[in-house]
Amino acid sequence: MAVLGSINPILTAGLDGDRTWRLADYVSRGGYKSLRRIFADNLTPGDVIAEVKKSVLRGRGGAGFPTGLKWSFMPRALPGEKYLICNSDEGEPGTFKDRDLLSGNPHAVIEGMVIAAYAMGATRGYNYIHGEIWSLYERFEEALAEARAAGFVGQNILGSDFSFELFAHHGYGAYICGEETALLESIEGKKGQPRFKPPFPASFGLYGQPTTINNTETLASVPFILSMGGDAFLEAGKANNGGPKLFSVSGHVNRPGNYEVPMGTPFSTLLEMAGGVRGGRKLKAVIPGGSSAPVVPADLMMECTMDYDSIAKAGSMLGSGAVIVMDETTCMVRALERLSYFYYEESCGQCTPCREGTGWLYKIIHRIENGQGVPEDLETLQRLTGNIMGRTICALGDAASMPVQSFLKHFRDEFQYHIEHRQCLVPVDVQRAGSTFFTASA
Amino acid sequence: MLTPESLARIDREIAKYPVGQQQSAVMAALAIAQEAHGWLSPELIEEVAVYLGMPPVAALEVATFYNMYDLKPVGRYKLTVCTNLPCMLSGGVDALEYLQKKLGIGLDETTPDGRITLKQGECMGACGDAPVVLVNNRRMCASMTPAEIDRLLAELD
Repeated sequence: MAVLGSINPILTAGLDGDRTWRLADYVSRGGYKSLRRIFADNLTPGDVIAEVKKSVLRGRGGAGFPTGLKWSFMPRALPGEKYLICNSDEGEPGTFKDRDLLSGNPHAVIEGMVIAAYAMGATRGYNYIHGEIWSLYERFEEALAEARAAGFVGQNILGSDFSFELFAHHGYGAYICGEETALLESIEGKKGQPRFKPPFPASFGLYGQPTTINNTETLASVPFILSMGGDAFLEAGKANNGGPKLFSVSGHVNRPGNYEVPMGTPFSTLLEMAGGVRGGRKLKAVIPGGSSAPVVPADLMMECTMDYDSIAKAGSMLGSGAVIVMDETTCMVRALERLSYFYYEESCGQCTPCREGTGWLYKIIHRIENGQGVPEDLETLQRLTGNIMGRTICALGDAASMPVQSFLKHFRDEFQYHIEHRQCLVPVDVQRAGSTFFTASA
Repeated sequence: MLTPESLARIDREIAKYPVGQQQSAVMAALAIAQEAHGWLSPELIEEVAVYLGMPPVAALEVATFYNMYDLKPVGRYKLTVCTNLPCMLSGGVDALEYLQKKLGIGLDETTPDGRITLKQGECMGACGDAPVVLVNNRRMCASMTPAEIDRLLAELD
């Protein structure tokens, strides 16, 4: 698997699938030049943070928080261990971009982490890698060994007095560990249950020490920000939405995969790059930012550009850039039923509104899908989401509720039809044909 | 029950964490133990806990929390199929049904010869490659068609 297409690529420029991930390949693409420059030009941590702020790089894990600002929260001068964590626990349905970065450009992630650690005074780092992509966990360890041997990671990096130790840590199947404080608990060897904030990780993080957690794509962007300059990186995207972005396009398209395009690229262009809607069928709806983002009907989506602001205006979220495309063969009740099962399965069980609420959401949508819904169900679903949202420690409860609210808002007729006629508006054989599993050539 | 080879691998994991934080290696240690023994028995979990100097119940908490640990015996090959929405749209559910029919077993069941256990998985971060089948938590098989699934089954002895 590789990145299938791009417009003005930066993060994936010069990659040949996963055949060019080694240190020598990365160096030949200009890799580790940014790190060398820091020491050659005596750039201070403040200089580095200023450049990242200029780039308006916003967190690629989903929240879109300005990275430079986040880095400035770290108490650099505080003595003792400080940690930098790379969040590669990519498990938001629809998202598979970090996998291709770890596969094709792991050294960009490593260089980004070392630069970030220098900027924040971090002494030790971990890359938390999704358990299911095991071969990439092993690859990252290999890449780390290369970087260590070359003096880019470890004690006295490139002969300076800056030291930073970096290791890989693997997950083992828990969506919630993508939440940053659950991830910290997980590294500490506990079940991944999110912590109450405040205190925020920058003051009380891993092992109680100051910690910053950034997404893989965010960190991989850092070397390029320093090499091309913050202003040029910003201009590669659009105002307030700096840089390029990897979009994972999945579902009913002809060429599902990752595409690197500038922030602000029209959705219609991205859809075209992904080969258009499968079989030339009609677009029905799109979830533009991973399963937690509200669904957007086709007409509205076709007017959007792919950036935080445009997608927010359409009532959804850019999230992690995971674009789930659904065509006219999709039963929206069944689609929501599957998502609701996911949140029910993955709720960590800590907060009652989420633990119980996600179960009820799934049970009710399941019975509607199976022809046993009652007219009051839609009101009950609405009320349930209101009782979950904003009443839990982390965002999983909100993430489970937003799909329900948006599916009901935009596709209420389909849910009502299911309840009244005890069957789906989209015939089952039409739904099955949508996947093309039995018709695709081997 | 932990073999010297497993212990050596666990030691390498412990070395990644600051002194006194060896509990951080529990996820890796349990994965290593499972790889060697096929599944995590209560005795094995306790042995891992003792080795890491943590209460056995804390290791059990971890083993029960993360989906990829098996707390019951599984077949020689565990096939996990992602059926989440993006995969469902591209045949994940169809692939699981096809496997069930081929093997004559249901979800979370093992073939009578002890060869294959079938599981449904949640997002593996590979939605663009759907349908995806994960073999023994390690090998990810992508873009599975009926013919590819037949080939995979023939290959797993």
